[in-house]
This record gives sequence, C-alpha cells and structure tokens, in this order.
Amino acid sequence: MPCVSPDGSVTESAKRVLLAAVEEKSAEEIAKAAGLPLFRVRGSVRELVDAGLIESRNGTYRTTEQGKVKIV
Amino acid sequence: MENEEKEIKMPLLGDKAPDFEAQTSQGSLKLEDFRGSWLVMFSHPADFTPVCTTEFMAFAQLYEEFQKRNCELLGLSVDSTSSHIAWARNIEEKTGVKIPFPIIADGNKEVAMKYGMLHPGQSKTETIRATFLIDPEGVLRLILYYPLTTGRNMQEILRCIDALQTADKHHVATPANWKKGDKVVVPPPLDQESAEARMKEGYECIDWYLCKKELKE
Repeated sequence: MPCVSPDGSVTESAKRVLLAAVEEKSAEEIAKAAGLPLFRVRGSVRELVDAGLIESRNGTYRTTEQGKVKIV
Repeated sequence: MENEEKEIKMPLLGDKAPDFEAQTSQGSLKLEDFRGSWLVMFSHPADFTPVCTTEFMAFAQLYEEFQKRNCELLGLSVDSTSSHIAWARNIEEKTGVKIPFPIIADGNKEVAMKYGMLHPGQSKTETIRATFLIDPEGVLRLILYYPLTTGRNMQEILRCIDALQTADKHHVATPANWKKGDKVVVPPPLDQESAEARMKEGYECIDWYLCKKELKE
C-alpha cells in the first residue's frame, strides 16, 4: 500500500511526514515530529522523494513546493 | 528437462540478514529501514486462517512489550497486500485487536526463498511459521521454525529478546528457563589458573565451569 497513490493523492501518514519536513529534518526528527515509527518514515520518504514531494540532502529531508500542496 | 527445483537457502545464525525490498500493508519497506532497532520478522502460512489469526492477535497484544525492548515486528505471507489489509480489518472488527505492524505481501516468494521460509515437506505453497530475530546491526541472532499446526509462544520470543539483549550488554549467558531478573551464567574460565581462582570469586558455583551471578542493572 504505497503512501503516494497513482492518482497523486497521499495517505494521512504521508501528509504527517510532509508536514514534519516543511522545516529540513533528519528521518529520526521527522519520526518524532510526525509520531510515526522510524522504519515507516524511512520507507515513506523514499517514496516521497521518488514522487518529487520531498527532497533529500546529506541525510536530511525537506518538503518541496509540490509536496506542500499535498499537505492541505 | 532441466532440474526445475530451486535451491532453498537457509540463513544461519551470525549471518547478515538477507536484504529485501517488499510491498507491505504499510507501504514499501526495506530491511535497512529497521536498522537501529531489533526486528522480529515472522512468516505465517495464510491470512484468514485460525492459528495465524491467534498468533497475530497475540503479537498485537504484546506490541508495547516489543516496543519497550526497541523491537519492531514484521509479518510475511504469500498473500496480497489487499488480503493483509482485509484480514487485519476483520481481526479488529471481530475482536477489537488492532494489528499495528506491517505485513509483507510476498506473492512471488522472493523474501521467503531468501530466508528459508518455504519447507516443501510441510507445504509446497505456503510459508511455515518461521521467526527471525535480527539485531540493530542487521545480524540474524535467533531462528525458530514451527510447523503449520503449532502456534508460536510470543512470551518465548520476548524472553529470547531479553536474553540476547542481556547477553550483549553484560557479556554473560543465560541458563535454561531463564527469565529477566534471574541469575545469569558467568562465562567459564579459559585456563587452569582462572579455573582455580573462579571458586573464590564470590559467585554461586556448582563447580568451576558453572557459576551464576545476580545482575546489577
């Protein structure tokens, strides 16, 4: 069950990840802020990076402008 | 015709757990996503079957105990993600027990083959009840194989996590039927001089090679 559907919609947990990563954070920090297990955040950010909704930089993550649109 | 039987790989204790990337009921996950945590990875024969349902309920009911030990749970069967989702929803609807951990949908048996979860003498199509305890560095530390007819004892799995974490932290071993709080086994001396000294070191000894001590946490 991917966190990004083929129609571009995202799951509630993916929205929590996107919201947590509006300010650049590590996966551990996102897990804490989003209240999600770390393994799940690692899996989600991988999918969200592939979908262009989060960008990865030196082990940290930040929600892209395209990703911010999905939060609401 | 070429021999069509695929080689069944059996991972061994002390090996790095085989890598995988798989679809689960909580999205796509890799083994490396669990690094830094202990992991109980376990297979079951099929969704919507009686023994498996009791096992999933038992794992779910002890989920907090696993979490207290920095341990995640990851189920697996050859059923689809949709089946896993439907089964988890059915368990919650019928029993009130929520399944909080992900379940791998291993339809092509790729992960099952890597971990030796298919035992043709038991079933040619379903995974057996295999349990792998993987440490935070990704090393296989304990393997349990149970047949299709016998549900696992989750308290035993918790006990094994306690034993391994205690062994790692205190460099000791744990005796038969040990449980957290019991005395632990002091590693036996490796030379004659140490053996002679051992009996005077204040441990509870049956003889120089079997001594126990209380642990100070």
